[in-house]
Amino acid sequence: MAEADLALAERVANVRSRAGLDVARILVILGLGLVLFFLILPTLIVVPMSVGTASYISFPPEGFTLRWYIAYFRDPSWMSATWFSLRIAGVTTLAATVIGTLAAIALVRGRLPGKELLQAFTIAPLVVPHIVIAVAFYLTFAPLGLTGNFYGFAIAHTMLAVPYVVITVGAALQRFDPALELAALNCGATRLQAFFHVVLPNILPGVAAGAVFAFLASFDEATVAFFISGIEGKTITRKMFEDIDFNLTPVIAAVSTVLTLISLTLMGTIEIARRRSGAGSDH
Amino acid sequence: MHGASVSLRELGKRYGCVRAVDRVAIDIRPGEFLSLLGPSGSGKTTLLMMVAGFELPDSGAIWVGDRDITLVAPNRRDIGMVFQRYALFPHMTVAENIAFPLRMRRFSKKKTMQAVADALALVQLGGFEARLPAQLSGGQQQRVAVARALVFEPPVLLMDEPLGALDKKLREQMQIEIKRLQQSLGITVLYVTHDQEEALTMSDRIAVMRDGRLEQIGSPAELYDAPATSFVADFIGKMNFLEGECLGQDARCFEITIGRSSTIVVDRHLASHEALPQRGERVRLAVRPERIELTPHKNQKLSGIVESVIFVGSSRTFLVRLAGGELLHVQSQTTRESYSPSQGERVGLSIPSDCVHVFPQAEC
Amino acid sequence: MPESSLAQPRIHGSPSSAGRYGTMTSLVLVSPLILLLGIAFAYPVGRLLWNSVFAPEPTLAHYTRIVAEPLYLVVLWRTFQIAFIVTVLAFLFGYPVAYAMARIPGRRAMLIAACVLVPLWTSILVRTYAWIVLLQRNGIVNTVLQETGLTETPLQLLYTQGAVILAMTHVLLPFMVLPIYSTLRNIPDDLAKAARNLGAGAPQAFIRITLPLSLPGAAAGTLITFILALGFYITPALVGGPRTLMMSTLIAQQTTELLDWPFAGALSAVLLTSTLLLAALYRRALSFSKGFSNG
Repeated sequence: MAEADLALAERVANVRSRAGLDVARILVILGLGLVLFFLILPTLIVVPMSVGTASYISFPPEGFTLRWYIAYFRDPSWMSATWFSLRIAGVTTLAATVIGTLAAIALVRGRLPGKELLQAFTIAPLVVPHIVIAVAFYLTFAPLGLTGNFYGFAIAHTMLAVPYVVITVGAALQRFDPALELAALNCGATRLQAFFHVVLPNILPGVAAGAVFAFLASFDEATVAFFISGIEGKTITRKMFEDIDFNLTPVIAAVSTVLTLISLTLMGTIEIARRRSGAGSDH
Repeated sequence: MHGASVSLRELGKRYGCVRAVDRVAIDIRPGEFLSLLGPSGSGKTTLLMMVAGFELPDSGAIWVGDRDITLVAPNRRDIGMVFQRYALFPHMTVAENIAFPLRMRRFSKKKTMQAVADALALVQLGGFEARLPAQLSGGQQQRVAVARALVFEPPVLLMDEPLGALDKKLREQMQIEIKRLQQSLGITVLYVTHDQEEALTMSDRIAVMRDGRLEQIGSPAELYDAPATSFVADFIGKMNFLEGECLGQDARCFEITIGRSSTIVVDRHLASHEALPQRGERVRLAVRPERIELTPHKNQKLSGIVESVIFVGSSRTFLVRLAGGELLHVQSQTTRESYSPSQGERVGLSIPSDCVHVFPQAEC
Repeated sequence: MPESSLAQPRIHGSPSSAGRYGTMTSLVLVSPLILLLGIAFAYPVGRLLWNSVFAPEPTLAHYTRIVAEPLYLVVLWRTFQIAFIVTVLAFLFGYPVAYAMARIPGRRAMLIAACVLVPLWTSILVRTYAWIVLLQRNGIVNTVLQETGLTETPLQLLYTQGAVILAMTHVLLPFMVLPIYSTLRNIPDDLAKAARNLGAGAPQAFIRITLPLSLPGAAAGTLITFILALGFYITPALVGGPRTLMMSTLIAQQTTELLDWPFAGALSAVLLTSTLLLAALYRRALSFSKGFSNG
């Protein structure tokens, strides 16, 4: 296994470091580099594809053009799908953050009968395959006219996103020192005052992270969207799925780049904020 | 600021079948510094939490002054508290932390600012208003916590092992400072600690807790010189314990054997248990290391061999092995003329009859 | 407003432990979540499963069909086979990456972390699209192969089982790396050093100390990857073809093309049961790892 190789390389390096001959180590680094290349390549490849001039996919891309981005922004069907997705993601973020935060407080800090079971139920939508959820949701909600419909999506996506909020806010609450809340009560604050003055400001990074996860869980969601989209109400993921399946144009690369940029910006912000607060607490 | 009396009346608290606090009754005088001392799990923190209002007692009542606060919500009790790890709000500055109790009481801005400045001056932290707790040292955080607990002028201050997180030197300095502050303000302090030295240094009285029960309450000197149980004897100060058997008694004293050959005489009033030991009964003897006197060996009733000598500056501790195998700690002042045997030397020991505490053996 | 119940601390009734919210308050706080999951998740999934047995009348015919027809058995077998291969590949690729991420200091660790996190944060649809671009007939891989003279005519890469496995491994790899990384990071570096100091060679120190201590993370990563692979839809649907039908794509086919809801329900039940069994195993692995850190 590569691991033993790495360790072996270390020993070999120790023995022969002066000689400078270090074949095993180089091999290990090469293997690691290949895996990392495998990881990152498909994610970044869409960027050059989206600015090539050819109207079919070719590599290496020739020329430079923004026409595929312009095509994306001028195409009413892409635009309506994008706005539809953004609206759903916005409502999902709000609903999932509020519902998930309240539930996390109860699940971490409350006295509840059958807490373990409730916690398992809360994360069930993460465990149950999305194809099963999608088909089941369609079976129940299609007769009610909730497919291809904003409200249907809002309900489905809030349900899919809420576990992320419960997990991140729950983790933040677990790190939160309950003595701080007692101290607030001792200082004369009511439970509600203690929550808003002391608990909430301290778990806010967790709540913000949960909100970002909820947004992306909705905005990037494809499986359920595939089933409950209609001809009118169609998310950007469903539109992409169709276009990938039927007419593979470089516009998809442009859309992919936009989607990736949004995801990376949001997650990168959270990650940097997390690292910064982590580094801050060390001192 | 004037302290109020605190009266704990037959307080009880169970968790399942564990009696965390078992019918504890303590009356704390106004302005008194009372320590709750005991090992972890002895119920001292639970007791404090009940006074603060974070736990409700199953039975009994808590009075502050002439007010029954047993069922009053924690935020309406007007009792200051310093938490174990200070519990300073990390997102608020020092000034905001101290102003918090006043904000909750809807003080005017001007009054709040003045009170915060006063409280900071009290703990000698003027100029630190704008810092965040994370930017303070442990000792400074501790002072902010004290200022926050005192700023709304509560008649009673609770402290839950407030010095546990500090290093030894700072801890000793803070002990003196807190005591000085308490005396100048005249506030009643209920102080939880598991550090007996800390309790002895700071308290007017100490309540020793064990397994949820109040073991003994009294001044530091009373607890040190007249422990009621062998637990208190062991917990407070250093103590030698010996097993023995009662040989007989007269009006004034008992005679007790240690091991096979040695005997000592004990004053009658120092036997702690209600029923005095009968002839033939096994007992437990306790002697403070500094009460034992070492003399050159000359056929004394009690003799042993010095196993090691530990130098601790102002005094020396000798570990002496008795003939029966028991090991005694003997402490003596380091003076020029004092007898100072060396390792391996055979020595005689004399124990004054009024320095031995006798406990029934069944107790431990 | 549910929070209003927080306003008054409970002063009567059962003793409330320090800093805990009472049962009534807690129930009010979780009720929106329970309502949402009940209506949008539990009820629909329950109904799908119910339909597989009771619609229109009680029958197990839909389940016997899965076992009786070779086509469906093949799909079932293929699903587990692909999920297994993907998991093994993800472990072999993922462990060294996690190890490097946990042990290499400074900038290079950030670089490795970025290589793991960036794909994780990118839409699955985008990544699947990228694999199509890479693997299609006139795609990048074929172009490179032809230009280097390894092949003369373009190979059929897309819509094969190999393509599905490759793309799924890529998509699921971060889910393997991260749990292993988090256990490795929590193993003090001193332990391996102590082992070296006590006379173990580097490989021995790794095999006897680091590897066993990282097993809980490896178990968690393996199970998560396997669970996700079993129910994966988007990637097999786009990268795979008719000959790489998996459980998820079969369920989709039954509902969108054949409208056979009871049979789709039966297939879902099989998929769900396998998933939940594995999830239960995962919980055991988690409690195992917990015991590990406490011990």
